[in-house]
Amino acid sequence: MPSKKASLTGMRRREELTAWLFITPIVLGILIFQFYPTLFSFYISFTQWNLLTPPKWIGFSNFVELFTTDRFFFNTMSNTATYAVWTVIAGLALGLIFAALLNQEIRGKYVYRAIYFVPVVAPTVAVALLWQILYDPNFGVFNALLRMVGIKGPNWLGNTTWALRSVIFEAIWAGLGFTILIFLAGLQGISSEYYEAAEIDGANAVQKFLYITMPLLSPTTFFLLVTGVIGSFQVFDIPYVMTGGGPANATQMVMMYLYNNAFTIQKMGLAAAVAFIVFAVIIILTVINFRLSKRWVFYE
Amino acid sequence: MNNPLVSNIPSMKQTRALPRGARFKKNIGKVLTHALLIFVAVMMIFPLVWMLSVSLKTPGQQIQWPPQIIPKPFFPQNFVLLFTISPMATYLFNSAKIAILSVLGMCVSSSLAAFAFARMRFRGKNLIFGILLGTMMIPYATTVIPTFVIFRWLGWINTHAPLIVPNFFGSAYFVFLLRQAYMGIPQDFMDAAEIDGAGFFYIYSRIFVPLGMPMLTTVAVLQFLGSWNDLFGPLIYLNDQLKMTVQIGLTYLRGRAGTGVEHVGIVMAGSLMGILPMLLLYSFGQKYFVKGLSRAGLKG
Repeated sequence: MPSKKASLTGMRRREELTAWLFITPIVLGILIFQFYPTLFSFYISFTQWNLLTPPKWIGFSNFVELFTTDRFFFNTMSNTATYAVWTVIAGLALGLIFAALLNQEIRGKYVYRAIYFVPVVAPTVAVALLWQILYDPNFGVFNALLRMVGIKGPNWLGNTTWALRSVIFEAIWAGLGFTILIFLAGLQGISSEYYEAAEIDGANAVQKFLYITMPLLSPTTFFLLVTGVIGSFQVFDIPYVMTGGGPANATQMVMMYLYNNAFTIQKMGLAAAVAFIVFAVIIILTVINFRLSKRWVFYE
Repeated sequence: MNNPLVSNIPSMKQTRALPRGARFKKNIGKVLTHALLIFVAVMMIFPLVWMLSVSLKTPGQQIQWPPQIIPKPFFPQNFVLLFTISPMATYLFNSAKIAILSVLGMCVSSSLAAFAFARMRFRGKNLIFGILLGTMMIPYATTVIPTFVIFRWLGWINTHAPLIVPNFFGSAYFVFLLRQAYMGIPQDFMDAAEIDGAGFFYIYSRIFVPLGMPMLTTVAVLQFLGSWNDLFGPLIYLNDQLKMTVQIGLTYLRGRAGTGVEHVGIVMAGSLMGILPMLLLYSFGQKYFVKGLSRAGLKG
């Protein structure tokens, strides 16, 4: 029946067209807001550009400048790396411990979980302003508590030794609820059969945690590690609001450096070069993570 | 979440059967667990209680030690001052406007694309979906400068458009979440509708949107949170006081009110206004946060 066949292919064609209509926004979105910017960013990282005059091709000069004569770039990278290492490691360790505690049959576990998640939904600006007040050397809670035990607390955010640590501590506080939530989801995916089998073999709680929970949770840990590294390398809000990068650039982060170069002094080329170094670092760390993951991540 | 299988702690019945010493040990363990969980819960919630408390104190009350957590008397003038010295009402309105429009655009464009990827046949479907997922790896740092250049070229600097319009092109992560949800809707529903001669848009809007509502709500909630809490976007695109959002307005408020103890109450009152909508959203939509974010950990 030729007519029926024709109408069938007509329907297929209609389906194909409709589908393309439905995905047009997201496809355009990827082209306009992902592909084009990435390529354009790559191009302007090899130029000198202040937005007003046309970009001037200068080859690798921006990259050379960042790695040699730039007095701040290495410092911002090292601050960012310190921030990333501590927030990710402490976040994973504390997140795992508290997720494991909450995964038990205990009273009020949903209340605990709900409370732990509150800092995650709170806007970082409001939270950073709040912590600024908690850290205040004269009127802040931390130093008032220290005074009670006879210790004179430091000027947390105004001291080059303590500023970065204080920012990291706040970031761990703000992100812990998210890590716990993801770990809990992972824990709930582990079948109880494993634990029952281990109990029959006489395993204790620590052994069960080390030999069942940890390996079976390793894909979740890996996910949090990779996304944690990517996210923490682009940290901006908390240090921007709490310290503005100070004192003496002690909390200057790479994303803030990019912001200052691009949007305060209009060095678009240099800022794009910074962006590409961030991109490269993220890719390298992600590839290393994937390589190493073969040794410790266990897929069921 | 309520899966009874996941518990690896013996139930009450088994506890009763244990010898006295073991039961005692178990109880000690429970008490310690709760002590630890409560300690962290206090750590999580205390700063926010402090914010509320300080926002209702006179400058004199703020420096009192030991502090009054519930100030006597209340000093609500901080809120009056907040709305007099800053256009806080305008900030709130702008944030709400941007967040609501972003949610609308995001939900429509992401769910349409998700439906096509989940249930329609078209050439290049898997390839495009793969590319879509791949773009999630591109860091924000790389795309932000050219995106700014695009909007500058369009003449949209110092308008809300750059903060709203990109959301009308969807997001890879949300398409991914919604596609997962739509693939779980039985094929029979779709077949039945097709036999009745329903078009794809009809099937999408009358079957998939209602049945996929929990995940669509998740997307809406997460997008609202993202828009409301955004600092970087408003920072680079907005210049006028009266166009600013709550988050950037707060950083200005601090500048205007000063960080001295006499203004801390006003800054905390402002921060509270920034956090409150998110706390309301969270208290009503907690399960949607959990759903959207924990899915990332399992499948990401």
